[in-house]
Amino acid sequence: MYSDKVMDHFANPRNVGVLADADGMGQVGNPVCGDMMTFYIKVKDDRLADVKFQTFGCGAAIAVSSMVSEMAKGKTLDEGLAITNDLVAAELGGLPKNKMHCSNLGADALHEAIKNYRDKLAGRAPKEGGAVDLHEHEGCACPYCETALEEEDKTFCRACRIEFEECPACGGITKKGDAACIHCGRPLGDKG
Amino acid sequence: MKRIYLDHIAATPLRPEAFEAMRPYLGDAFGNPQSLHAAGREAQEAVEAAREEVAALIGASASEIYFTSSGSEANNFAVKGMAAGQQARGRHIVVSAIEHTSVLNSVKALERAGFSATLVPVDRDGRIEPAEVEKALTKDTVLVSTMMANSEVGTIEPVAAIAAVCRARNVLFHTDAVAAAGSIPIDVKALGVDALSLAGDQFYGPKGAAALYVRKGARILPLIDGGIQEGGRRGGTENVAGIVGLGRAAALARAEMAARTAALVPLRDRLLDELPRRIEHVLVTGSRAERLPHHASFCIEFVEGEAMLLFLDMQGIAASSGSACTSKSLKASHVLLAMGYDHATAQGSLVFSLIDGTGAEDIEALFTAFPPIVEKLRGMSPLYTQYLKDRGSDVQR
Repeated sequence: MYSDKVMDHFANPRNVGVLADADGMGQVGNPVCGDMMTFYIKVKDDRLADVKFQTFGCGAAIAVSSMVSEMAKGKTLDEGLAITNDLVAAELGGLPKNKMHCSNLGADALHEAIKNYRDKLAGRAPKEGGAVDLHEHEGCACPYCETALEEEDKTFCRACRIEFEECPACGGITKKGDAACIHCGRPLGDKG
Repeated sequence: MKRIYLDHIAATPLRPEAFEAMRPYLGDAFGNPQSLHAAGREAQEAVEAAREEVAALIGASASEIYFTSSGSEANNFAVKGMAAGQQARGRHIVVSAIEHTSVLNSVKALERAGFSATLVPVDRDGRIEPAEVEKALTKDTVLVSTMMANSEVGTIEPVAAIAAVCRARNVLFHTDAVAAAGSIPIDVKALGVDALSLAGDQFYGPKGAAALYVRKGARILPLIDGGIQEGGRRGGTENVAGIVGLGRAAALARAEMAARTAALVPLRDRLLDELPRRIEHVLVTGSRAERLPHHASFCIEFVEGEAMLLFLDMQGIAASSGSACTSKSLKASHVLLAMGYDHATAQGSLVFSLIDGTGAEDIEALFTAFPPIVEKLRGMSPLYTQYLKDRGSDVQR
């Protein structure tokens, strides 16, 4: 399922940890979809002098984080921002199709950390980091056909042409107008 | 490296006796059971002998057993076939929230065809309350399908009580017993079910051989239209070797169930009791009292299931998880969510399911191998770091 390179980075991840005196921090993902990554960077002379990460997630998520940290270390900030999801996946010798999602998060987390550093440098209020909101990233795949849902419109499956709503009880996405949530069975009808 | 297989719920090894029984039907005894000649008769006799054995495992008559290709097909056949057979009476179906996807997606297919459905919730142990099923019944309800045991959390459901509720309301009742059949005693007459699914690969038989019990007199329409096989209710030339293996496995399960249960339950209980002592923040999922004899399931907090499975596999230990990352659709287990676990906790789902021959030394080997894996993954988990930080600030207060 995974390439040797993915398995190597999963089993022996590089640059795991927390930088207590980080210059920038970026956190993306959410346990709802399986993965969450936190990147810490130390910047010196516009270069990524140190990069550390922590990841909650599957083998691919851990390998991607490790690879991103390795690719980023020593690069300029702009070079860091130029690391794309596709480059990371290619460097890992490819990822299974349903795990490409994980490679997106890796580069995103690094980019967030760089933006966080630049915001602080420019005196802009950095985005609040750290808190995990289980409901902010609802539903990653259509519960009916399992097609991945678009990041920008998670309430509609293009393949099934079904509209969704969020179940107030479990937070899962379920068909709009249904009597009960398809995940937890709680009745949806009256919302009080 | 010794391999330790603790993934009964994915597949059990094929018993050598079942393999030997199958062998002739993959060789010289290749006849079609529907043929009149000697080769055909030989195959037919083998299929009918297997039907007797499968019937005996669950207290049914041979004529009430229909062979299928899988537990999923048996579930599709039961749900779609019985709903279709009743649709003149009504078009409402009741199932539990923790059914296997072959039941839930059959229900979705029926909803697209104009049926409506109600999902019955479960409690924190994954137990389906018969009173909840009763509440879900309407005058339009024609079929209820709730499982006998859940493969992800091991809970054995009160099927007899749910069947009684359905019988009193004159509603057909199917139970998916794929996870239970061959592992716990089943008597369809005493349970009072109208239909029951089982699969050979869950009790040391071959893959591709399963069955649906349909009570004599219960109406069901075919899922696979075809010839006269299986009384005209399931078309397609019989998988003779598979059916023979299933029959042999059923006979072995009936003979050995008590001894196997006596051997596995203490090991299961040692796992359930000891793992949460060896590792912090480990929750046992499912019922302790009403539980499959081979099943130990957990949520390991702050870590994700697939990562644990990969590290266990490197040490030769095979297990399962219901985490989002292990499923192709990247969805967390609908079973754990229905039981009230949050997404992050459900991601740490881990199931160790024992097989014939699992020994005390295997459980001890797991106790040695597993804690460092959890420690390593928690060491890189931002959720665990956050937990430690929150706990630290609590202490300071």
